[in-house]
Amino acid sequence: MKQKVKLIVNEQEYELFIEPHKTLLDVLRDDLGLTGTKKGCDSGQCGACTVLVDGEPILSCITLACEVDGRKIQTIEGLAKDGELHPLQKAFLQYGAVQCGFCTPGMVLSGLALLENNPSPTIEEIKKGISGNLCRCTGYLKIIEAIQRAGK
Amino acid sequence: MIKYATVGKGVPRVDGPAKVTGDAIYTADIYLKGMLQGKILRSPYPHARILHIDTSRALKVTGVRAVVTGADTSKIKFAQSMKTKVPDKAFLALDKVRYIGDEIAAVAADDIDAAEEALELIRVEYEVLPAVVDPFDAMEPGAPLIHEHLPSNISWAPLYQWGEPVNGLLGDCDVVLEDSFKTHSQVHAYMEPNCSVATWDQNGDVTVWASTQGPYTHKQELVTALGIPGHKIRVITPAVGGGFGGKRHVVEPSVAAALLSKKSGRPVKIEYTREEEFTATRHRHPMNIQLRIGARKDGKFIFFDAENVVDNGAYNDSGPSVTLYAGHALTTNYMVKGVRYNAKLVYTNTSYGGSYRGYGNLQMRFCLESMVDMLAERLNMDAAELRLINVVKENDTLVCRSRVTSCGLSECIREVVRSSNWKQKKQDSRKLRGTGIACYEYICAPRWHYPHDSSSASVRIDDDGAVRLFTGAIDIGQGSDTTLCQIVAEVLGVDMSHVKIFRADSELAPMDLGTYGSRVTFIAGNAAKIAATEARNQLAEVVAEELDTIPENIEFRNNRVQLSDNPARGFSFLEAVKLALDTKGLIVMGRGSYDPPSDVVDFMKGEGKFNAAYSFGSQVVEVEVDADTGSVRLLKVTSAADCGFAINPLSLDGQCHGSISHAQGMTLLERPFVDEGNILNPSFLDYQIPTAMEAPEIDSILVETIDPDGPFGAKGVSEGYQVPTAPAIANAIYHATGVRIKEIPIKQEEILRGLDKLARSKE
Repeated sequence: MKQKVKLIVNEQEYELFIEPHKTLLDVLRDDLGLTGTKKGCDSGQCGACTVLVDGEPILSCITLACEVDGRKIQTIEGLAKDGELHPLQKAFLQYGAVQCGFCTPGMVLSGLALLENNPSPTIEEIKKGISGNLCRCTGYLKIIEAIQRAGK
Repeated sequence: MIKYATVGKGVPRVDGPAKVTGDAIYTADIYLKGMLQGKILRSPYPHARILHIDTSRALKVTGVRAVVTGADTSKIKFAQSMKTKVPDKAFLALDKVRYIGDEIAAVAADDIDAAEEALELIRVEYEVLPAVVDPFDAMEPGAPLIHEHLPSNISWAPLYQWGEPVNGLLGDCDVVLEDSFKTHSQVHAYMEPNCSVATWDQNGDVTVWASTQGPYTHKQELVTALGIPGHKIRVITPAVGGGFGGKRHVVEPSVAAALLSKKSGRPVKIEYTREEEFTATRHRHPMNIQLRIGARKDGKFIFFDAENVVDNGAYNDSGPSVTLYAGHALTTNYMVKGVRYNAKLVYTNTSYGGSYRGYGNLQMRFCLESMVDMLAERLNMDAAELRLINVVKENDTLVCRSRVTSCGLSECIREVVRSSNWKQKKQDSRKLRGTGIACYEYICAPRWHYPHDSSSASVRIDDDGAVRLFTGAIDIGQGSDTTLCQIVAEVLGVDMSHVKIFRADSELAPMDLGTYGSRVTFIAGNAAKIAATEARNQLAEVVAEELDTIPENIEFRNNRVQLSDNPARGFSFLEAVKLALDTKGLIVMGRGSYDPPSDVVDFMKGEGKFNAAYSFGSQVVEVEVDADTGSVRLLKVTSAADCGFAINPLSLDGQCHGSISHAQGMTLLERPFVDEGNILNPSFLDYQIPTAMEAPEIDSILVETIDPDGPFGAKGVSEGYQVPTAPAIANAIYHATGVRIKEIPIKQEEILRGLDKLARSKE
C-alpha cells in the first residue's frame, strides 16, 4: 500500500506516493531523478549514498523514505548556488580529491557536515568524520587535505 | 629543460566539476523510458552439469517481460583475444557451471522485486559434480576435470629460459637462496558496481551503455555473444566509477541486457549488487611461488629461478598473460645472466582471476623483493646498496631480449633512501618500528592482446574557437581525460578551457584498445598529440601565408598564433581559425593514429620488447608492529617513481596514493575467504578495505627521465605504484621484529608465532 510522503529536498517540496519499503536512496534516484546520490553497496557499508537530513549525514540506502517524512534533505545537487560551487566542492577540485568520482558526493556531504559542526578540524577529526565513506581511488589523503583547506 | 605552458602542471580535472556536483552520469544513472530491470541467475554449485532449465514459472510472474538462457546466445565461448588462450567461457552457461556465481540465465521485469521473484522460480536441474578448489589438489591425478577440452586442469604450463641456462650458472654463484611465498586473491572493490543498459531496436541495432574500461573489447565480445555484425552494435561508456583492471572484461551484464531487450522490446538495465561484485567478477590471481636466487659475494645477481603455481579459477580470462608477466618481472628490474621460469596455470572451481593493477608482476615482486632483502642480510650488505649494484639502466638489453629506453631506477632508490627514515629503528616498549625498501619495474603499453597496440584521436577546431578532442580512451578515474586535454592544449598553445573532450562512444570516437597496462598516457597521449599537431600545421600554413612567411616561423602560444621572433604580428587563436575558414574554406581537423615501437608478444619464448616502455620506482615504508597483538600499522610510505615526464603531477600523486592504499589493503587486510568454492565474506563489513583511519603518510617523489617515445617524454606509471608496497612492508616488519613474512595478506598470528619463536631461541 503506497503512502503519502512529503520530502523537502534541496529546499524544494515534493509530495509523493511511495511504497513504504522504498529507501530514500531509491526515491531520490528513481522518483526524483537526483542521481548524484550513489548506490555503492545498498547495505549501509560504503557511504556513497550519504545525504544530509536536517544537517546530519545519514546513509540513504538504509533509510526508508517514509522515515524522513517532512524532514529537510540535502543532496549533492543542492550544494552549488547560482552556478557557484561551494568552497568545499572547489577544494575537492583544487587539491585533487576527485578521481572516479563515485564516492565524491557522499564524501563531500560528510565533509560538509563535519565542517558545519567543527570549522577547523584536525586531521584525525577529518579521518574520523569520513571514516564511514569508502574511497578506492584516492587513498584518502587528498580528500583529507581538501576538507582541511576548506575549513577555517 | 623545455618550458611548457600546460603539460607538467597539476591542473584540476576536466571532469571534476561534474563529479563534485552530482552532474556526472554513470551507467546506473541512465533511466530510459519503459526501461526494465534485469537480474542474473547464478550457480549455487562450484561444479555441476546443467541438465535442463525450465523458465515457464518465472515467465508467469506479473511484470516479468523476458527470460534468457545460454540457448539465446550465439553459444560461442570467449576469452581475451590472444593466441594461447583457449576460449573457455560461455556468456551464459551452456553445459556446465564451474564456480559459485557462474551465469546461467537472466530475467527482465518491470521492477527489481519481480525480477528477483522470477529468478527463484527458474527451475534448473543440475547434476552436481565433485569440485576442486585448490590448485595443488586440481593437479592430482583423478581430480575432477573442470574443462573437457583439456586432459587435465592445467590450462597452460610455460617454461621460459631467458639468457644463459640456470644450471650452468650455479658455479658462478657464491650463495644460492631458495624460499616459497604465497599470495592470496584480492577484490578490486571499485565503488561503482558494474552496470549495463541495453536497447535492441526493431531495426536490429543494439546500443549498450556499460561501465567498462575497454569499450572496444566489450564490443568485440558482444559481436561474439550476440552473433551479429559489429556495425549493428554501439557501445557507449559513461563516467566509470573505478576499475583497476576489474572492468576490463565483465561483459556478461551487457550480453544479458541486450538479449533481454531483444526479447522484451524494451530497454533493460542490469546493475550488479555489491555481493555480485565480490562473488561473480574477476579478481587477482593467487600465486604460489618458489624462488631461487644465485649471487656472488660482492652482491652481483647471477640467476633467478622460479616455479609458480597460479590459481586460474574457473576460466582463463587474463590468466595466461598474468602468468607470463609474473615471470617476465624477473628479467626487468635487475641485470642477471639467466632466468628460468616454470609456471602452471591451474583451473579450480572458484571465482576466476582477471586483470588487476599489478597483473602478476606484483605477486612475483613480493617474492623477489623479499628475497633480495634476505640475500642482503646473508651477504651483510645494505638492502638499498645491493639493489643499486644490480639495477637495470637506460639502453640496457635485458635477458628477455627487450631494451630499456629510459630508466631512473637508481635515482629512485637514492631518492627514497635520502627522503625517508631509512634504517631507523625504534623499539618503544611493545611497539616495534622498522623500515623496508622494495623496487619495481612496470610495463607501459603491452602488446599482448592484439597484433597492434593502437589508439587514434581526432581534433576539430570550430569557429567558436573550441578545440574538440575525440578519443576512444577511457578515463576510469585515473585522470586521462585531463592529461589528453593538456597535451592538446600544449600543442595548440591554448588554455585548457578551450579544449573539450568527447570519448568512448564506438560510433563517434576513434578506436582505442582501452585502459589497461598503463597504456593510456603513452598510446592515446601520442595519438592526441599527433592529431593536435596535424591541426596545428594546417593553421600554421594559413597564418604563415597571411604573414608572408613560412610555417616554421609560426608559434602557438598564449591563445595566439604569431611570428615566433615578433609575437606582436599574428592573430588570436580564434582569428586564426576564422582566417582558415574565411580565406581557404578550411575547417581545421587533425587526425592521429599511434602504434608504439614494440613487438607482438611471443608466448612460446616470452622474449622481446612487447611493451612501449618501462616505468620504474622504489618505495621505503615505515611500519609499527604491536608485539602483543601482531597487528601492523603502515605509518609512512616514501615513493619515488620514474614517470618519464610528469604531464600532471597532481594526478600522479593521486595514482600513487590510491595504489598504495590498494597495496596496504592487499598486504594487511584484504582476502576473500573461500570455503568449498563459496566466498564467505562478500561485503564491505566482512571484506575490509582501508578507510581514512588507516591512511598512511605518503611522500610522492617524481623522477623524470624523458622517454624517447613517450608524449613529451611521459610514460604510463599508474599500476607500478601498487607493486613494491607489499614486499617493502614485509621487509620493514622483518627490520622491526626479525620475523620474515612469506604470505600476504599478513596474518597477525603469523607475526606473534614468529616473535614467540625468536624469543624462545634467545632463551
